This record gives sequence, structure tokens and C-alpha cells, in this order.
Amino acid sequence: MRWRPGPIVTILAIAAVVPLVDLVLPAELALSEAVRTVFLYAILALGLNVMTGYAGMLNLGIAAFMAIGAYAFGILSCEIYPFQLGFWPALALTIPIGALAGFILGAPTLGLRGDYLAIVTLGFGEIVQDILKNLDSITKGMQGINPLPAPSIGGAMWTSNDERSWYYLLLALLTLTVIAARNLERSRLGRAWFSIREDELASRSMGIRVERAKMIAFATGAAIAAFAGGLSASVLSSTGEPNNYDFQVSILALCIIIVGGIGGVAGVLVGSLVMVGLNSIVLAKATAWMAAHGIGSQGNVMLSPNNWKFLIFGLALVIAVRIKPTGILPPKLERGRV
Amino acid sequence: MFDFEVLVQQLITGLSNGMIIALIAIGYTMVYGIIELINFAHGDVFMLGAFFALTLMGVLGMESWGPGGQAVGVAAMLVGSALFCGALNWSLDRVAYRALRRSSKLALLVSAIGCSFICMNLGLFWGGLPMDVFAGGVAAAAPKDFPALVPQVNLLGESFIRITPADALVFAVTIPLMVALTLMVNRTNLGRAMRAVAQDPVAASLMGIPVDRVIGATFFIGGALGGFASVVYSLYNNTIGFQMGTRAGLDAFTAAVLGGIGSLPGAVLGGLTIGCVRAMSDQYLETRWTNTIVFCILVLILIFRPSGILGSSRKEKV
Repeated sequence: MRWRPGPIVTILAIAAVVPLVDLVLPAELALSEAVRTVFLYAILALGLNVMTGYAGMLNLGIAAFMAIGAYAFGILSCEIYPFQLGFWPALALTIPIGALAGFILGAPTLGLRGDYLAIVTLGFGEIVQDILKNLDSITKGMQGINPLPAPSIGGAMWTSNDERSWYYLLLALLTLTVIAARNLERSRLGRAWFSIREDELASRSMGIRVERAKMIAFATGAAIAAFAGGLSASVLSSTGEPNNYDFQVSILALCIIIVGGIGGVAGVLVGSLVMVGLNSIVLAKATAWMAAHGIGSQGNVMLSPNNWKFLIFGLALVIAVRIKPTGILPPKLERGRV
Repeated sequence: MFDFEVLVQQLITGLSNGMIIALIAIGYTMVYGIIELINFAHGDVFMLGAFFALTLMGVLGMESWGPGGQAVGVAAMLVGSALFCGALNWSLDRVAYRALRRSSKLALLVSAIGCSFICMNLGLFWGGLPMDVFAGGVAAAAPKDFPALVPQVNLLGESFIRITPADALVFAVTIPLMVALTLMVNRTNLGRAMRAVAQDPVAASLMGIPVDRVIGATFFIGGALGGFASVVYSLYNNTIGFQMGTRAGLDAFTAAVLGGIGSLPGAVLGGLTIGCVRAMSDQYLETRWTNTIVFCILVLILIFRPSGILGSSRKEKV
């Protein structure tokens, strides 16, 4: 049979030519910066997908692990701290740090029933922000930790505003994450996760060590989310304020995997494009366009597209799940299930 | 130095706030008990109830009414907001949830999150109304002052410990509602139908129970309790804002889980626990660590009682 590219390869290939399209588009419509945000959210959502999509553990506070990764990256690499590791070692260290954080939260709580675990993760997402705000002598409070180092490859440094290098670096790292996720899916561990998701008791009877498998899923997801956090801090050259990792980020990640099609890598990629695209491409461009044409929100709250954001976002969610409850691109495993 | 009067005062504050949280928590726990949905929009329905009450106050010009008239005004707001929130919650179920009964629970959850966003955005627009009570709509996103229709006097006279009419109002509204609800669930046909649907929707429908209507009624009652809570909350705290639903919803849902989700007494106990822990932590520790402490208590309780304080532990069946 002839080889045909699957949806994942197609999406990544299209993403690779976006900067070339930008060369011909007018400057105010340039896409690559917004698509970078899509990549970051795709990595984050792939992490959430390991917990929620593969192992079936609903997590409503994934942004907490992103925050942990971002601040770990900041503390390890910023010049005001003693560590001062470079970009690559600091970024690599966000992975074990994220896994450790996932282990610390997961160890006491993974025995809880589904929705109880969800509320614990939701609370965790809130208090990580509080802790980051309260420990402002370490985290610099609302200023965030900055400046952060930009990556270097083979001794050649590039500055944070080198758009195209950043774009391809993020695309490459996303591709790596995708490959890792695909390999996890096909591994013995991945099959154990799917089995637990479908029926925990049956899996236990078949000899799967449920607690251990869940723990690994939680730590792996947390590690990937922390990696996304470190990366996003590096892109912005700052950790930003703790509120940048709030409930809305967690919810956006959750909506990505559900609207895209929970449990599959292709779905996560499509979901990121749709949800983040709506958020930071369509609405952002509409706001910029209206501001450029002198339509502002002075006096009337309804005249700024930004103030419609939640309404549009909410309607999109309600309509999307109404039309396709299994998501846009559900994984093959799910198709035809009763 | 340990001051006993301060402790009592904080306890009163904690119990008052706790009763409000409990009233919202019942809305979560009822809906969760019957269709296993964390109704994310509930907190925002509560928020819209407060905006409805403030609008009612502005339209009727209640601030200029006499003391007797203001008591009638408070009653009108309670009933009005309860009907409004009940109807809104029922409509959300009808439009956004009912079609998803057979889909996965996650799809339902996303729909609820979408409704929460929509309601929050409507609250933002609502705050932009060109009315005096909304400061003429100048800053739509800013918190709004909710006039204190209940007088700020101390019912205990010159005593150091203060119990205001607002505290009294909280208990006068919440306790009868909780008693009425408990009687309704345990004694009436509707309550029996609700418990039947919660146990097994298919069997309930085979017994001739109109499952969708019973679920709709549950949403209406839960929403109405949120409406009562919104008026009491507003008169107690005197500030409302379009983002208040998130915080209130989080506290209330935590309370529902803490007490054991699906259990009405559990929701009340959870609400009171969280209200008191908040008040004590604000007084004796630092306000900025209060959320962290509430969360740690939640985790601790769930480790030792995985189904909440009063929750029944369900055996898993094959």
C-alpha cells in the first residue's frame, strides 16, 4: 500500500511553511508569532492529554505545572540567582522538576475518585499562584523573573526577537513531544493507561499495577507541562506574573484536548489550532483592526472585541461539543465504540 | 494575648459566610448528585443573580424607600433573584446540557465551562448598563457598590461582639431554605423522583418518572438557591463584580466535595467548615495564605475520608 501522510504529519508540515507565507502577507496579518503560541499550548495540552486523555484522570489545574516549569527555568537561568545555567540545561531540568511536582501532588491524591481528584487539581492550580505571589522575595511577585536567556545552538546565540529561529525551534520541540507521545501511546505503559481509563477494576484484575501506572501518567503529564512552561518563559524572556498561569490557562488546555478529540495526538494539534487560533489570532487581529480604524471601547463596553472574548469562547465550546461530542479528530481507537 | 471576644466575632463572621457558601454548595451538590456534572456555570449564575438584584433595586428606586419599604424591597429581591437564577439555570440545562446526556461526561463538563464563560461575559456587559446603580456604566468591569439596605447596627447593643442585621438576615434566609429543601427531597413526590433519577436514570424512566423534567426541576431549585444566596451575599458584603462567581463557585464546590458530594447536610457542613477556616485564617494567620490553608485542609480530609466528611463510600461494581 502506498504511504499516505497522516493528520499529524500533515499539520506539522503545514506549520513548517507558515513563516514562508508570512513573507508575502502584509505585516499586520503576519501569522508566525501567533502560531508560536499555538505550539506552546500544543505542548502543554499534550502533557494534559497524558493524564486526562490516556489515563482518564481529569486535571483542572495543569497551569500549575506550567507555572512550576516557568519559575524553575527562571530561577535556574536568570542572572540574579546563583545557578545561572544556560538555556538548554535549565530547560532540560524543568522536566524532572515537573515530574517531581506531579509526584508530590499525585502521591497522596491519586487514590481519589475521578471528580475528587479534579477538585484537588483545581485547588492546586489556585494555590500555586498564591504561593508564587506570596513568596515574592524569591519569585519577584508581579514583575516576574527576567531577563531570561535565549537559546544558543553550536555557540551561535540568537536574540529573543529573532522570530524565525524561535519559530522553528518551537516547531522542532513540539515535533519531539509529539513523537514522545506517540511512542508512549504504543508502549506497554500506554496500553495500561487506556485500559485503566476504560475500566479500572478490570485492569486491576488483569494484573496491571493501577496505582503505579496512574502515578507515572501524572508525573509524565506534569513534566511535559513544566517543559512547556519553561519554554514559554524563555520565549517571553520573563516568567511574567503568577496570574499568567491561572485557571483560564488550565481550562484552555482542557478545551483544546476535548474540542480536538480527547486521547489522540492529532486531535490535540487540531484543538490547539482551533482554540488558540480563535483566542490569539482571530480576536487579537480583530481588536487590532478595529483600533486601527478608530473604533474603541470608550464609553461602551460592547465596542471592543476583547470584551466579547469569553462570550465567543463560551459559545464556541457549547456549540463544538453539541455538534461533535467526541471532538474534531477523535483517535481511531474511539471510533465505533458504543 | 488570646482574646476570646475576637474569636467569637470571627466565628460569627465565619458562620455567616459559611452559610452563604453552603447555599451555593447545595446547588452544586444537587446537580452533581443527579447527573454527575460539575456545573461550572453555577457560580456565574449566582453572580448574575446579584446583578439582577442590583438592577431591581435601581429600577424600583429602593434606596429612597422607608425602612419598612426596604424590608419589602429585600424580600422582592430575594424572590426576584431566586426566580431569575432558577429560570436561568433551567435554561442552561435545556439548551446546553440536555442534548449531551448520552455523551461523555467530559463533553458535558466542557459545555458547562462554556456556559460559565458566556454568563461571565454577560455579567461584564450588564455592568455597563447606563444606570445609576452601575455608576452609569462608566467602568463596566469595575466592582459595583451594593447599597446596604439592612441597617449597620449592633443587635447586641453596646457589646464588643457585633451581630448585625446582615448576619441575622443570612441565618433567617438560609436555615429555613435548607429545612424546606430537606423536607422536599425526603417527603415529596418530586424529591422521591429526584432520588430515583440520581440512583438509576434508566430504571427511573421505566417506572414512569419523566427524567428530563426532574433533572430540569433540580437545576431550577439549585439555581433558585443560588439566587437567594446572591442577594444575601450582596447585602452582606456590599460589593459585587462580574468575576465574583469564580471565587464563590470554587469555595462552594470545595465545600460540596469536603462535605461529601451529593449529600445535602454534607454541603452545609462543608460550607460552614470553609467559612470558619477562612475567618480564623484571616484573623490568626495571614489573609494571603488563607486559600492555601483551605486547600491543604481539603487534601488532608480527602486523604483520610476519600468520599468527604458525610459522603457515603460507594463500592465499585463490575
